[in-house]
Amino acid sequence: MSEIQYRVAKNVKDAVALMAKSKGKGYVLAGGTDLLVQMKSGAREPGLIVDVKKIPEMVSITEKNGAFTIGAATPAAVLGEHKKFRKTWPGVLEAINLIGSTQVQGRASAGGNLCNASPAADSVPALVAAGCIANIVGPKGKRSVPVEKFNSGPGKTTLKPGEILVSLTLPKRGKDASDAYLRLIPRTEMDIAVVGVGVSLSMKGDTVKDARVGLGAVAPTVLLVDKAAKALIGSKLDDAALEAAAAACSEACKPIDDKRGTIKYRTKIAGVLLKRAALIARDRINGIEHRGHR
Amino acid sequence: MPDGGSQSTSKYKWIGTRPDRPDGADKVTGRARFGADFNLPGQLIGKVLRSPHPHAIIKSIDTSKAEALPGVKAVVTANDFPEQPNMIVPTGEMQVNLRDITRNIMAREKALYEGHPVAAVAAVSEQVARQALRLIKVDYKVLPHVIDVAEAMKPGAPVLHDTMITEGVNPPPTKASNIAKRIEFNKGDTKAGFAEAEVVIEENFTTQAVHQGYIEPHAALASAAEDGQVEVWSTTQGHFQVRGFCAKLLNLDTSQIRVTPTEIGGGFGGKTVVYLEPLAIRLSQKSGKPVKMTMTREEVFRASGPAPGGNVKVKIGAKKDGRIVAAECIVEMQAGAFPGSPVGPACMCSYACYDIDNMHIVGFDVVSNRPKVAAYRAPGAPISAWAVESAMDMLAQKLGMDPIDLRLKNAAKKGTKTAYGVTFNTIGMVETLEAVKNSAHYKTPPKPGYARGVAAGFWFNVGADSSAAAHVGEDGSVTVISGNPDIGGSRASLALMAAEELGVDYDKVRPVIADTASIGFNFVTGGSRVTFATGLAVVNSVRDMIRELKVRAAKIWNVDPEAVIWENGMAKPAGSNVGEFEPLTLAQLAAQAGRTGGPINGHAQLNVTGAGPGFGVHVCDLAVDHDTGCVTIGRYTAAQDVGTAIHPSYVEGQLQGGAVQGIGWALNEEYIYNAKGKLDNPGFLDYRMPVASDLPMIETILIEVPNPTHPYGVRGVGEVPIVPPTAAVGNAIARATGVRMTDLPMSPPRLSEALDAAAPRMAAD
Repeated sequence: MSEIQYRVAKNVKDAVALMAKSKGKGYVLAGGTDLLVQMKSGAREPGLIVDVKKIPEMVSITEKNGAFTIGAATPAAVLGEHKKFRKTWPGVLEAINLIGSTQVQGRASAGGNLCNASPAADSVPALVAAGCIANIVGPKGKRSVPVEKFNSGPGKTTLKPGEILVSLTLPKRGKDASDAYLRLIPRTEMDIAVVGVGVSLSMKGDTVKDARVGLGAVAPTVLLVDKAAKALIGSKLDDAALEAAAAACSEACKPIDDKRGTIKYRTKIAGVLLKRAALIARDRINGIEHRGHR
Repeated sequence: MPDGGSQSTSKYKWIGTRPDRPDGADKVTGRARFGADFNLPGQLIGKVLRSPHPHAIIKSIDTSKAEALPGVKAVVTANDFPEQPNMIVPTGEMQVNLRDITRNIMAREKALYEGHPVAAVAAVSEQVARQALRLIKVDYKVLPHVIDVAEAMKPGAPVLHDTMITEGVNPPPTKASNIAKRIEFNKGDTKAGFAEAEVVIEENFTTQAVHQGYIEPHAALASAAEDGQVEVWSTTQGHFQVRGFCAKLLNLDTSQIRVTPTEIGGGFGGKTVVYLEPLAIRLSQKSGKPVKMTMTREEVFRASGPAPGGNVKVKIGAKKDGRIVAAECIVEMQAGAFPGSPVGPACMCSYACYDIDNMHIVGFDVVSNRPKVAAYRAPGAPISAWAVESAMDMLAQKLGMDPIDLRLKNAAKKGTKTAYGVTFNTIGMVETLEAVKNSAHYKTPPKPGYARGVAAGFWFNVGADSSAAAHVGEDGSVTVISGNPDIGGSRASLALMAAEELGVDYDKVRPVIADTASIGFNFVTGGSRVTFATGLAVVNSVRDMIRELKVRAAKIWNVDPEAVIWENGMAKPAGSNVGEFEPLTLAQLAAQAGRTGGPINGHAQLNVTGAGPGFGVHVCDLAVDHDTGCVTIGRYTAAQDVGTAIHPSYVEGQLQGGAVQGIGWALNEEYIYNAKGKLDNPGFLDYRMPVASDLPMIETILIEVPNPTHPYGVRGVGEVPIVPPTAAVGNAIARATGVRMTDLPMSPPRLSEALDAAAPRMAAD
């Protein structure tokens, strides 16, 4: 019979020390909305569970010079109530608020969503589009990586033994900038993305000044699609630019055929959602509100 | 709560009203005890070892290491269950063979599907039980498998049962195959009918296996005593069937097994068979302790009985005015690992909505390496209806006719003879079509961007065996005892009928569901039979009690019992010539019972015939996202001839629930098997039932055409509403996109592919 130890870390240093000692048997518990389910199904059998919810910097939202830092275990519902964050990063927020159900939102976090390393994670394409940085602490100190480089494959992060994800930092936002996230699911909620697309835009007048595109559920990790961004930058989001960006997204796809969708379908939908998400981001810059999942 | 427009119930005081259900408070507070809520002191936990292979010979099973594990108290395999004869017994609307059922609860010679039980253990904890499963060594010889029905029917396909010779073929085949049975229904001369036809529609359709998706997984607790007596608590639609099956499978007398049904968290037909109960009893017999077993959701998907998928070929011939002159239907249906798909009802229901002179209907019952199918709401009917009702829509489009008018032109009515030989008594197909035609929904055009589909559906409904008793307490309150687990609000319906009959208030009648030792035999809760057949037994038991009450009043008044009548809950003299007596209330008679002859009870036991068939017509407005293939249902109405709606809210609930399950079947639900023959989506994440946000409020229209064979005109209502939805959705999609979908489910990837494939063709048009 296996034994599980449960420890509450008071600070990041504690958490790192516990994880480092666990010899690979340690798992960080944030909201537990993935871990507990995986334990129940037998997919993961931790020897040690390190609860990080009592570490203040891991469950708080701070803003410094316009850049937001979100503690990795901050519940999605808490972030959803942050008015300024909602205004600044509506696309990131709508992606984070799509994780699980209303009940799950009270526990689930963007950090946990990233560490679970699912290519279909809802928050990640939006974070990638936003240019988010993951702040990591380990036995050898701190380091930071762009979110798109955080995971190496389905269920696999690039965290080294003893390292934990502490927070996520979103860069300062300029004027006339916004973002959007769209996912395709066969139902309207309680589902996993067949394709997810995050688009972040900044505009000068009616021309796209800068753009980033994150694409989920179509490859082993969430992709940053530079070619799609380039197709948008300098355009007025006319049909030709959107078609070119959509084609770049479709081209970037390396999906699989599985129970959730075919290669053909995912490749097509990546382009469809890119066009729709880009137009929603522009609408938001122009003060037009949007809600919806497709 | 929408008022479904129940009419003309004013002649009754209680029938047609909507009081709270007697089990309602317990269900909303969490006090109600479902299958997994039952525990006994000293109980063990039982777990099942299941085959990882879809098709394999079991060469040997070594349980010695598991038995040696501390905390393991019993291990069972097929050797612990006696061989059974090749004998068919009914279970609800399906039939099972005892020889097969013992092999389904525990594999013998072969594992026939992924998840097929091969051994079970009972241990002091779930953890130890799981550990013990890992210590059981099964030596398999893996065989080639076959999942798809069309593949399974081909010569050269892996054969599941070496001795299975197709029934219903003359001369009988000499070689074993996966085709268990061929059936055929004929009326008139189809060849001549088609020769007369001016328009012919011909198309092939397919459906996938779907699960009932009841929220409560199977659970059972068994306690076998040293003297051979057995007690079982089980979440089931038929505790008498659990008793009967377990007695057969374990060589016990039925009187040795007492089964108590727990509250049931959904069944829809899927809980009319046994999986865990015989295993729990056998483990309890071997260990001497109570044994509790529950399935995980994954086990429910892999190893309980889904509804089958099937292939349906349809051909309909009509005159230009829409009159159908000939119809054909060929159904090939999945049975799962053992014979016994609902292909019979699928064939019988296919054209039952219509009055057609010439029909030729053929069905094939086909085994493959899937779990044995079980009943699911109107078993079989949605599969043939998907094809026939789609073809009816194609015919309406080809003729340029309104789909309701086309159906009115051909509607079955009193006197219509069905393909399976029955001539209809009073039915409500025409009334239902007319109600839809005159409904606010049908008269309002679809919103911009939306298109409308219409489809109809039929189900027989059944009667069968029911027992009931009514007891009056010393204060005049009444207990009504029946033996059918309540899945659809039947306690409320039975109490309403008893209150009406007896002339007392609804809240003075307490309905109780008794265990197998406390009431006579009752057939399963299934076939939409309980409010109809058990309702009749309850009415008769109350009448039996009233007869006794009149005897008691007569005794008190010293008159003839025939001189007493029962009215408004009181005994009264039949006329002034009897004498001047103050009426005696139920409470007054109850208070004096001891002096007038003892307790006052009523009983009834019936084999009920005369179930009134039901017809449904559904209207669906939906929009299609042409880029993604996603469907949004905007408005949906389910209309049905429900007989008298005893408790209209629960009748509406049945219509709404059936419609929603049918919409799920249409859009996303399917069993997905991988190349290794394993189920890829054994959970609610990837087996996509609709969620609340996917649907509008389902509107209902209740057409009350009373069933002439029931004192209150009851018809079954629970099954018809799952029959029309798949075609109602498909027909709306066809009208929204110009693309006719023939394969279920019409999921976004499939619909998107069909739209893309049709785009060049439609551009050319």
